[in-house]
Amino acid sequence: MPVLRDEARDEIRRLPDHYEHRQSALIPALFVAQREIGWLPPDTLREVADLLDLPSSEVTSVASFYRFFFLEPPGRHLVLLCTNLACALNGAEHIRHHLEARLEIPPGQTTADGTFTLRESECLAACHLAPMMLVDRDRFGPLTPQSVDEILERYRAR
Amino acid sequence: MPAESVLMRFVEGEGTADLDACLKAGGYEAARHALTTLTPESVIDIVDQSGLRGKGGAGFPTGRKWKFIPKGAPVKYVVVNGDEAEPCTFKDHMLLERAPHLLVEGIIITAYAVGAHRAYAYVRREGYLARERLRQAVAAAYERGFLGRKIFGTDMDLDVVVHTGAGAYIAGEETALLESLEGRRAMPRQRPPFPAVAGLYGKPTVINNVETLSHLPAVIRLGPEAYRSLGPPALFSVSGHVRRPGVYELPLGTPMRELIEHAGGLREGRRFKAAFPGGSSSAILTAEHLDVPMDYEPLRVAGSMLGSASLIVMDDTTCIVRVVARAVGFYKEESCGKCTPCREGTYWLSLVFDRILHGRGRMEDLDLLAHISKGLNGTCFCLLGESVPPSLDASLQHFRHEYEYHIGTGRCDVEDRLPPQHFAARSTGDPGAAAGTPGA
Repeated sequence: MPVLRDEARDEIRRLPDHYEHRQSALIPALFVAQREIGWLPPDTLREVADLLDLPSSEVTSVASFYRFFFLEPPGRHLVLLCTNLACALNGAEHIRHHLEARLEIPPGQTTADGTFTLRESECLAACHLAPMMLVDRDRFGPLTPQSVDEILERYRAR
Repeated sequence: MPAESVLMRFVEGEGTADLDACLKAGGYEAARHALTTLTPESVIDIVDQSGLRGKGGAGFPTGRKWKFIPKGAPVKYVVVNGDEAEPCTFKDHMLLERAPHLLVEGIIITAYAVGAHRAYAYVRREGYLARERLRQAVAAAYERGFLGRKIFGTDMDLDVVVHTGAGAYIAGEETALLESLEGRRAMPRQRPPFPAVAGLYGKPTVINNVETLSHLPAVIRLGPEAYRSLGPPALFSVSGHVRRPGVYELPLGTPMRELIEHAGGLREGRRFKAAFPGGSSSAILTAEHLDVPMDYEPLRVAGSMLGSASLIVMDDTTCIVRVVARAVGFYKEESCGKCTPCREGTYWLSLVFDRILHGRGRMEDLDLLAHISKGLNGTCFCLLGESVPPSLDASLQHFRHEYEYHIGTGRCDVEDRLPPQHFAARSTGDPGAAAGTPGA
């Protein structure tokens, strides 16, 4: 049974037009499916496999390799705190402790109310903002405990 | 910023993401000139003579890379490596966000030179703003006839597709990027064949980094001699313990000390301790190297490398053991798992670092670290695993006493010497005010 809307199914079917090989459309297709459902449940992976005429095992293999494909439901907002070198040198660990205390979860988990998923991230290529984080699509930094609180409040309301 | 800046003048102020702003700054003139008056062979020769080298880390001469493309092949591709994920490298994102037309123009010049009619720009998932600006730039270029059919009124056709990564550092390795672009796990390929011969879909493929391609308009506009006489110019990402972290355009060969001064110098009252000159894959250098020119050969002689020209500055509040542990943790997290030395080596190194930092280290762990490092050296399938030994070995050589202090006392000697501002939050002014730093 298809879960994806017809529009999304059509969008996925058109993606291979941009590439010489159909499988190149797989990663873009998984993003379309994830945008629709919020994550990638097993039946959605199978549906993407059917739409692109690829083996289901190949689709699962790819989806499980990359960190921006969610194989379980994430929170409403994704908080990526960079803890790589430039941020670490500028107090990222302090910010991580603060985020853990505020959200009451360690990195890798989702708050009980489903609002935030917290992840430690590798370098996000914005070292002039260290220590920095990405919330959904937006960058913030240099972070202080105060600015973290304000940012979380803003997203909590969304 | 030097008056002869070739890239930053498109970046500073409002930037040139807007096509009209870019045209006003002279954008697309080099591509038009190349397509209407130069032969593809002469474009390759100009690039070859300019001394332009790959800015992603490997530093391979760009013109020579292009010359490997077989002339007669019916289908060829240009692939842009915009996966920029080398720790503390942020120049490509800045270019994509603030001057994306430089890349589009560079793609046109490259495609013309090698005879390609389709280009894929692979940009990492986290670069939301970078991708959005690049997509807008590509769309605007199509509208003006700079992309698509018969560009600049010539017989040249060129399509550009922006492709999104999905979160994997290894996708920045050029053959892993091709795997990812073909819809598979980003795992490096056996070489040879090199991508120039059999790359994307098995076709001859030029893969260049965003900054590399963004230099091409200046290379064509100035000509090889004038371009070379500017250093040649390079973008340095400066981060860590400096007052104005940011991207700076300076001649290749600028000494490390001068680069730090451009970035506002160290924080008040702090002393220089060490630095990575070329991202976390380059060996850590110490104060005795402050006057080494930031250039390929001098850094190699100093036992390190230019890499992606990303200077990570560490002052005297830095615990080197923690820094190297964090770098090792990065490679462990990002190892694709294909080859044993990288997958297992980074895992075991992390375990040893973990016990040293948690007061459970043993003195023989230092030999163990060196032993595992040796096991990674020259044995890995790609450069990811090979990136671990340089800084680890340098830290064991220059900062062995810090390891011994951790193991002997269960504490950190930097923390014991200094007030508890170790790894403290940055207390300096507005980093956004730094020349050439991208907006938040």
